[in-house]
Amino acid sequence: MPQTIASPGFEISRDGERAVIALGGEWTLDHGRRLESLAEQLPISLGEVRRAVLDISGIQRLDTLGARLIDQLSHELGSEGVSVELAHARREHATLLEAVRARTAVVARPPRSWLIEILADIGRTVVFAGQDLVRGVSFIGEVVIAIGRALIRPQRFRWAALINQLEQIAFRGAPIIILITFLVGCIVAQQGIFQLRRFGATAFVVDLVGIITLRELALLLCAIMVAGRSGSAFTAEIGSMKMREEIDALRVMGLNPVDVLVVPRILALIIAMPILTFLASMAGLFGAGLTAWFYGGIAPETFVARLQSVINYRHFSVGLIKAPFMAIVIGAIACIEGMNVKGSAESLGQQVTASVVKAIFMVIVVDGLFAMFFASIRF
Amino acid sequence: MPDATPPLAAPDTATLPKPIIRVRDLVVGFGDKIILDGLSLDVMAGEILGFVGGSGTGKSVLTRTILGLIEKRAGHISVFGQDLDEMPDAERRKLEKRWGVMFQHGALFSSLTVAQNIQVPMREYLDLSPAMMNDLAALKIQMVGLKSDAGEKYPSELSGGMIKRAALARALALDPEIVFLDEPTSGLDPIGAAEFDILIRTLQQTLGLTVFMVTHDLDSLASACDRIAALADRKVVAVGSLSEMVASTHPWVKSYFRGERALARLKG
Repeated sequence: MPQTIASPGFEISRDGERAVIALGGEWTLDHGRRLESLAEQLPISLGEVRRAVLDISGIQRLDTLGARLIDQLSHELGSEGVSVELAHARREHATLLEAVRARTAVVARPPRSWLIEILADIGRTVVFAGQDLVRGVSFIGEVVIAIGRALIRPQRFRWAALINQLEQIAFRGAPIIILITFLVGCIVAQQGIFQLRRFGATAFVVDLVGIITLRELALLLCAIMVAGRSGSAFTAEIGSMKMREEIDALRVMGLNPVDVLVVPRILALIIAMPILTFLASMAGLFGAGLTAWFYGGIAPETFVARLQSVINYRHFSVGLIKAPFMAIVIGAIACIEGMNVKGSAESLGQQVTASVVKAIFMVIVVDGLFAMFFASIRF
Repeated sequence: MPDATPPLAAPDTATLPKPIIRVRDLVVGFGDKIILDGLSLDVMAGEILGFVGGSGTGKSVLTRTILGLIEKRAGHISVFGQDLDEMPDAERRKLEKRWGVMFQHGALFSSLTVAQNIQVPMREYLDLSPAMMNDLAALKIQMVGLKSDAGEKYPSELSGGMIKRAALARALALDPEIVFLDEPTSGLDPIGAAEFDILIRTLQQTLGLTVFMVTHDLDSLASACDRIAALADRKVVAVGSLSEMVASTHPWVKSYFRGERALARLKG
């Protein structure tokens, strides 16, 4: 703006015990801190007086900051035993000062000590973890009941939602999952050949890759990708519906959100995970076969023949048996986290992160439990 | 520019009628649909202008075009006597300090408390101590008629009326000269709406605001607005006081201001 900005200031003229403080310039937000320090300075330069007159006729512009400071000033002087009087206020300035005076300042709550904050934080986390567990179990119970309901009355089941979810999870997820397991299959085979070559046992790379891919690798990679791709999507979808009261809208229409939103998603995951795991296994073995051929010099027919003799139905089924359980873990965590979204955008982000992190963590824990279980039954 | 508006340093001139926002021959459209066609409107300094129009006729579009959220196809908009198109970016940022906007649904940042919401523009534009910012935020919260503990609440914990008030407090954070209100009383009960009208009036007089208010509310138009502009057929078809609106011969204005609800209101 082509306007001259008059800096705020004050002048004090004394007359015995009475002082006239003439304020001038612009007492506005533009002068921010300068104005604040000015208001701090004023009582100091005023010194000892009995009566003070605040002459504000020289103020060119006044806004809430200026008015607030003048109000605080007269309060401060008043509490020091000075009788303060406001003089020559313009009409619009007087209205503003009046409006500001009517409000008392709120006293900010004193911050708690950091030690208490940390202890409170730890306590809160422990309580939340416990609640998480209870909620998780009761949620899975709810889902089981809802699936039971769907089985009893299949005509009310939301087939369209299931098919749509299957497309999103399995069909659209397949390419990236196949690509990743293919690459990991290549890498594992290359490392295996590189290390085993020193013992002259290159051929054993087929055993290594075959067993690890079918039993663990394909499933784990799949579960991690699905948690990242679909778990996060579930949480975000359900969470934003929660934010905009769409979940409440379902409830008041007599629709159970678990039936409508959760069951189709979890069922789709249960169907999709074994399919994806199978595809991932094949891609991993294919990658390993290619690497063995070009890098290890193992001809494809040798690779396949050895694979046939090493791998039996058990190795193949271990991965597939685990898949639906991983699906339940990922789906349940994603949906619970979605339902826990509060009103803010920040909370949505937190829940999506929590959903992916918790799902991947739980997938690995459950995989460990399965490893112990299968080892003890010698499967 | 034909209107050589004097610099705004002298506050006394704020009471004299002069256009603070000047819209000329504005054309706005999306795709092949023209929403506003040759719209002209003046908003005078220090007035509360109520802007009415049927649903979907482009009331919010005009507001958003003035604010620069929607591109215009043709026409001129000048604010404080400066053409928005000819304004360099730095000037434009300065201008944005001088207006405040209250969106229809509040548009409060959901991850910040009400007090933090009010402090967002303060932090961005002002050099103030944190204590003073807290104090000013608390002051604004009280000025819009919220309880002081509302400052620590998140938008999701507020009722509809409280969200409107909090959004108004945020619009007032920088002590703007112009405030845009998009349907400030929609979704409020009649008592809450009447209180809000009085609040806008009071704040306008205390802070010397110019208010541009998009509204559907006949009560607001009657009790809060100095002038009314009616939008129909993609342009402003009538501007003036409520009685001038009632006297208008334009069919839409006629049906709006002489409908049963309007007549009941005007008689009462």
